[in-house]
Amino acid sequence: MSDETTPEDVTSAPPDEAPASERERRQLQDMWAAGTEEPSWVTASTAEGAQLMLPRDQASPAEVAEEGGTLVADDRLYDEEQYEEETTILNMGPQHPSTHGVLRLQLELEGEIVRRVKPVIGYLHTGMEKTGETLTFLQGPTNVTRMDYLAPFHNELCFSLATEALLGVELPPRAQAIRVLMTELNRVSSHLMWVATQGMDLGAVSMMIYGIRERELLLAFFEKTTGLRMNHNYIRPGGVAADLPDGWEEDVAGIIEAIPQGLDDYHDLLTHNPIFLGRTQGVGVITPDECYAYGITGPPLRAAGIDWDLRKAQPYSGIEQYDFDVPLGEHGDVYDRYRVRMEEMRQSLGIVAQVAESMPAGDYRTEDLKVTPPPRKRIDESMEALIHHFKIFTEGFKVPAGEHYQAIEGPRGELGHYVVSLGEATPWRIHCRTPSFAAVQALPIMMADQLIADSVAIIASIDPVLGDVDR
Amino acid sequence: MSDATPVPEIVAEEPPAPALPTPLDGLAEAFPDVAFETSAAGQNVARVEASHLVEFAQAARDAGFEMFVDVTAVDYYRQRPGPRYDVVVGLLSLQHNTRLRIRVGVDGDVPAAPSITRVYPGANFYEREVYDLFGIDFTGHPDLTRIMLPDDWEGHPLRKDTPVGSVPIQFRGTHKVQ
Repeated sequence: MSDETTPEDVTSAPPDEAPASERERRQLQDMWAAGTEEPSWVTASTAEGAQLMLPRDQASPAEVAEEGGTLVADDRLYDEEQYEEETTILNMGPQHPSTHGVLRLQLELEGEIVRRVKPVIGYLHTGMEKTGETLTFLQGPTNVTRMDYLAPFHNELCFSLATEALLGVELPPRAQAIRVLMTELNRVSSHLMWVATQGMDLGAVSMMIYGIRERELLLAFFEKTTGLRMNHNYIRPGGVAADLPDGWEEDVAGIIEAIPQGLDDYHDLLTHNPIFLGRTQGVGVITPDECYAYGITGPPLRAAGIDWDLRKAQPYSGIEQYDFDVPLGEHGDVYDRYRVRMEEMRQSLGIVAQVAESMPAGDYRTEDLKVTPPPRKRIDESMEALIHHFKIFTEGFKVPAGEHYQAIEGPRGELGHYVVSLGEATPWRIHCRTPSFAAVQALPIMMADQLIADSVAIIASIDPVLGDVDR
Repeated sequence: MSDATPVPEIVAEEPPAPALPTPLDGLAEAFPDVAFETSAAGQNVARVEASHLVEFAQAARDAGFEMFVDVTAVDYYRQRPGPRYDVVVGLLSLQHNTRLRIRVGVDGDVPAAPSITRVYPGANFYEREVYDLFGIDFTGHPDLTRIMLPDDWEGHPLRKDTPVGSVPIQFRGTHKVQ
C-alpha cells in the first residue's frame, strides 16, 4: 500500500450508538466506506438502509421466519441448529435479466441453497395512486392501464367496473361482449408473454421467440382496434372507446386458428422435455394455506388445486353466459402453474370464439348521457351537444359519494380496484390491489430451501409485472 | 403428437355453490360493538375500533374469511369529523363466496393501528406500503420500514396535505445544495 495512513488514523473507533442526524450518518458512512471498521449500527454495506435484509442475529425472529418462508408452513419449521454453517447474503437485481423488470432480491445462501429471501421493491414506484386522485373518472383508465402493462385491458375494465358500480350505470350487451372479447384476448397475450419468459429463464431461448411470435398477432389486433399496442385506454367508464373495427371477425378467426397451433408447438417443446420437467416439477411449491395467508390468487392458487376463479365465482361483464372450464393443478409447483396457464389460454380462446359468434348488435357504450358524450354528427348540428361534449371531457362527470371494491380475474390473479368517491368528478382515492404485489411478497415461501438456480424459474412462474407491483 | 402423451389431465370442475350461511352473523353476535353496514353496491363493511382489530381479524379468519386480500388506507383530510384516516382491510371467504371490508379509524400526528400480520402474514407488505405512503404506524409489525420510497425520504405522499407537483424530487445519495 502506498498510502501511509492506516484506516485507524482516519477514524479511531467507530461510535457504537447510532448518530443523531442524517447528515452525520452519511458522513460516518462515507468514512466507514473509505476503509474503516464497520460500526455496529451500520447494517449494510450500501446506502440503502433499513430496507435491506439484516444479518440473521440482528433481524427480529418474526422477520427471519418470514424471510425464511416459515411463517405459515408447519412442515418447514425454522431450525436454528440447521444454520450453523456460514451463510452469504447475495444481492440479485434490480438489474438482473431474470427478475422481469426491477425486482431486487436479497438471498441468504448456504452453499447453493437459498435459506432466506427478502424482496426489495419500489424501483418503479411512480405514485400512480396519487396521480389517479388528480384525474377525472373518465381519464382514470389512462392512468391505471399503465400499471400492469401486460394486461392493460384488465386494469381498464376493473377501474371502469368500479366507477360504473358507483354510478349505477347499466351497459348495453354489445359493450359487455366487447369487453369480454378484449380482456380474454389480453389474457392470452399476457400468458404468451409469460410462457416466452418462463422458457427463456430456463434456457429455452427459442421459446421466447415463439411466444412473442404468437403474441404479435394479438397486439396487431389490439392496435387495429384501439390504435395502440399497449396502454390502450379503450375500456372506459360507460362502455368502450370505439366499436370494433371493420373486418374484426376475420382477425379474431385468424387468431383463434393460429394461436392453438402455437400452443401445440409449445406443448411439444416443453411439456415432456426432460430438462423442463427437471427444472419445474417440485420446484417452488406453495400450499393452499400459504396462498390464503398471503393473498395468492389466479394461476398459482389454481395450480395448488383450489378451484377459485372470479369469472365463475363473482362474474362480471356478463362472462357467466359463456362456457369455459377452470383448469386446476394439484401440486402447486412451477410445472402445474405451467399446465394451468397453458390450458387457460385454450379456454380463453374458447370464450373468444363464443363471443365472436354471438356478438350482439347495438351500441358499444351506455345511453346514459351523463357519462357518454354525444355522437360526432350531433356535435355538428347542435350547440347543446357541443357544450355537452366539452363538459364531459373537461370537467368530467360527478360520481355519487361512496366506496367500492371491484375485483376481476386478471391474468395474474385477483385484480382489485378500491375507489372512494366524495361526489366529485375525480376520485378521492384509488387503491389498486395488484396480484403481482401479493405474489412477490410470497416469493420467500416458494424460494426458501431451494437451489439458487431454481430461483429464476420460480420468479418467472408467478409472472410478476413490476409496474403492477410498484405502481 | 401431443395427444398420445401420458400427461395427467388437468381436471376442470364446477364452481362451488355458495350454499353455506353467511359467516357475518356469527361475527356480529361475537362483536356487538362492531358496526356492520352494507355499501350501496351490496358489499359488507365492518367498522371496528383500532383496539379490537386484531381479535376481530382473528375471529373473521376463524369464521371463514380465510383469504387475505389487502390493507390500504384513506385520508379524509378535512372531509369529516372524527378520525382523519381509515385503515381498510379487505378479506375474502372462498367457501362462502363473500367479501368483508374492515374499516378502522385512526387519528393523531403519528396515527397508529395494530398490525394484523400475526393473523394474516400477507399483511406485511401492505402495511409497510401504508406506513410508507400514509405514515400510519402499525404496532407489532416485524419490519416496519419504507417499501416503495427510499428510506431517507421525507414525508408521506398519499396524505392529502402533500401537494402534487410542487415537491422537489428527492434523489438518494446526493448531498443537498443549501
